[in-house]
Amino acid sequence: MKIEVLGTGCSKCIALENAVKQAIAKSGKFIQLEKVDDIMKIMEYQVVSTPGLVIDGKVVSTGKLLSVDEVLALINS
Amino acid sequence: MWKAFVDYLTYDLLHLEGHLGEAINFFIYDTVKIWFLLITIIFVVSYLRTHFNTEYVRAHLQGKSQLYGNILAALFGIITPFCSCSAIPLFLGFIQARIPIGVTFSFLISSPMNNEIAIALLFGLFGWKVTVIYIGFGLLVAIIGGYIIGRLDMEKYVLMDVKPMEGELEEVKIQLSFGQRVKEAWDYTIDIFKNIWLYVLIGVGIGAVIHGYIPADFIAKYAGADNPFAVLIAVIMGIPMYSNAAGVMPLVEVLTGKGMLLGTALSFMMAVTALSLPEAMILKKILHIKLIATFFGIVGVGIIAIGYLFNTIL
Repeated sequence: MKIEVLGTGCSKCIALENAVKQAIAKSGKFIQLEKVDDIMKIMEYQVVSTPGLVIDGKVVSTGKLLSVDEVLALINS
Repeated sequence: MWKAFVDYLTYDLLHLEGHLGEAINFFIYDTVKIWFLLITIIFVVSYLRTHFNTEYVRAHLQGKSQLYGNILAALFGIITPFCSCSAIPLFLGFIQARIPIGVTFSFLISSPMNNEIAIALLFGLFGWKVTVIYIGFGLLVAIIGGYIIGRLDMEKYVLMDVKPMEGELEEVKIQLSFGQRVKEAWDYTIDIFKNIWLYVLIGVGIGAVIHGYIPADFIAKYAGADNPFAVLIAVIMGIPMYSNAAGVMPLVEVLTGKGMLLGTALSFMMAVTALSLPEAMILKKILHIKLIATFFGIVGVGIIAIGYLFNTIL
């Protein structure tokens, strides 16, 4: 599984990245995490409000700071 | 009812009198009233917002004609959240969807100006009439401002090369249950409230001191009808205050009570929300300074015109 956090360095994007890190640790799964801050790559995902969350190439959330549990639920679904 | 309770608390129970009693009474009454309204209104707006995110707005603005696009973008600006940190992906994403920059600017002007915090504070402090005037003229500035920018042929001042996409964007649908929407709206409300409750407290606190101690003619002399430059000065002062709208607005209410003209107050509040220096700094990474200056200039002139208009007719 691969998770990408889309964001250009705003405080919410950093907070989401931290939440994702914690969720990954909680899930106990082997998950690759990548922070995407290249605006062109973000646009390829058709995301216009950051932070965005992408799991295995699919956009699952935009413009929202998700909690650790919400990210965990997305990982498990 | 709340007023009667606060009167009882300050005058009967605590036996406070004179300036001090008046200041404390005002402070308790206003703070709690504004907190309550903030929570209620932010919750309602955040709930409505769970139906429209920025991706949804983009899909709906695609392919709309100039003026209609400007109007629609300004209206969407009321309901969608705006964070200056997303200004770049938003701007470029709109270009990617072949939305004209004038329409994008209508959205960029309207969205921060008609944010839920400003609307809640206006409603709580000034009542619904001023709130309607603020939103109505805010939309007008966003529509006309965006339309003018669209007419100025300024696409060349976007410094980043974005390849326009082919075809239409897919319809964005947000599927959530009622419970999920309520939870999301409530979490968001609490999040915002945590960030601003203290500013409201400080703003009302300073307001209470002015309310109780500073005589009306002092303020009227500097911000009232006697000073023809009041609107201009108010707009310039409002530019660096974006993040503190929650603390600034309670002060403005007290100042209008003390003789500051309503037009001046409106211009000031619009400058606080619509002209944000941090947003300009972020946009500078992708836009030529000429385009940013045009944007600030048009919005600034619009806001100042509204101030003088109201000071003359009211």
